Amino acid sequence: MKKVRVTTAIMAMGFIGLTAMSCKDGKAEHSEEATMHTEMNHEEGMNHDEMDASNTMMDSDTQNSQSKQVLADYMSLKDALVATDEKAAANAGKKLENTLKNFKVDSYTSDDQKELKEIIETATEHAEHIGRSDIAHQREHFQMLTKDITDMVAITGTANTLYQQFCPMYAGNKGGAWLSMEKEIRNPYFGDKMMKCGKVQKEIN
Amino acid sequence: MKILKIIALILLVVFVGIQFIPIERNQSDLVPKTDFLTVNNTPDNIGKLLQVACYDCHSNNTAYPWYNKVQPIAWFLEDHIKEGKKELNFSEWDEYSNRRKNSKLKSIISQIRDDKMPLFSYTLLHRDAVYSDSEKEEVINYMKAIKGSLQ
Repeated sequence: MKKVRVTTAIMAMGFIGLTAMSCKDGKAEHSEEATMHTEMNHEEGMNHDEMDASNTMMDSDTQNSQSKQVLADYMSLKDALVATDEKAAANAGKKLENTLKNFKVDSYTSDDQKELKEIIETATEHAEHIGRSDIAHQREHFQMLTKDITDMVAITGTANTLYQQFCPMYAGNKGGAWLSMEKEIRNPYFGDKMMKCGKVQKEIN
Repeated sequence: MKILKIIALILLVVFVGIQFIPIERNQSDLVPKTDFLTVNNTPDNIGKLLQVACYDCHSNNTAYPWYNKVQPIAWFLEDHIKEGKKELNFSEWDEYSNRRKNSKLKSIISQIRDDKMPLFSYTLLHRDAVYSDSEKEEVINYMKAIKGSLQ
């Protein structure tokens, strides 16, 4: 815990330092930074001018790429569970754990920050467990993780349409929800045993 | 034969020697305000069940039997306690966010229900930590009630 805090502090200082430097030294560093950002975001096809337009722009851009990555990791975890692939699910869990640990909440409002921190704390725990458990246990944590990610998306928003789907048979007929990028049902709680079980509950835009 | 004696002697010296290595004990006389039992005003019978079966590894106060003060068993145990407290620390219950409490309660319920907790290696020596079916149900129902009151 202490190590994490120290690392965060160092990273924060590094970030502040870099920002200060690029302000002073003008163009040379500026374009370098821009290239870096473009590399990071090339999927979204942003160009330099848009990147440098304003600070808010950059903030919302970091926000987008962070939450996009969380969703991407969540989806690969979900797909691994659909395939009942314990090893792939464990790897996806570890990747998600890492993404969540690096999630920066600074650019959100203070209320959102508090909520996000709580979400990230529990979601990280679930991801960590998924990284070292058997498939049944992975699915239990995936169910709880889904709640966290759903609440997170409510704050961060999503570029892609998400489908909240629900299988009424999971956990002794108490049911379990999950998020998907596709409308078609592919069940992560049962995999092959009941691939089509479930329905779309909600579309999240 | 001589070699065996020497080896035995070395082992004995090492065994005695490691007893003097100081170890951090997980003990505290103070029951913090954030303790699960305090916060929830848990009835005594349930509180007892939790203390006997969970608190040794999931709180800031372990009741050490004598053999757990002997090295290297103590090291093995220390590790378990550290791990256990990281997962769930009843002493710090009220420092958890509601979201985290919820997720912990859910895990507590499923772990007890599936007989994954208390650990087999623990109940092996702590026979009193084995729940009867009715005790199991009592604890699970209580945890469910707490979980319900959070939402």
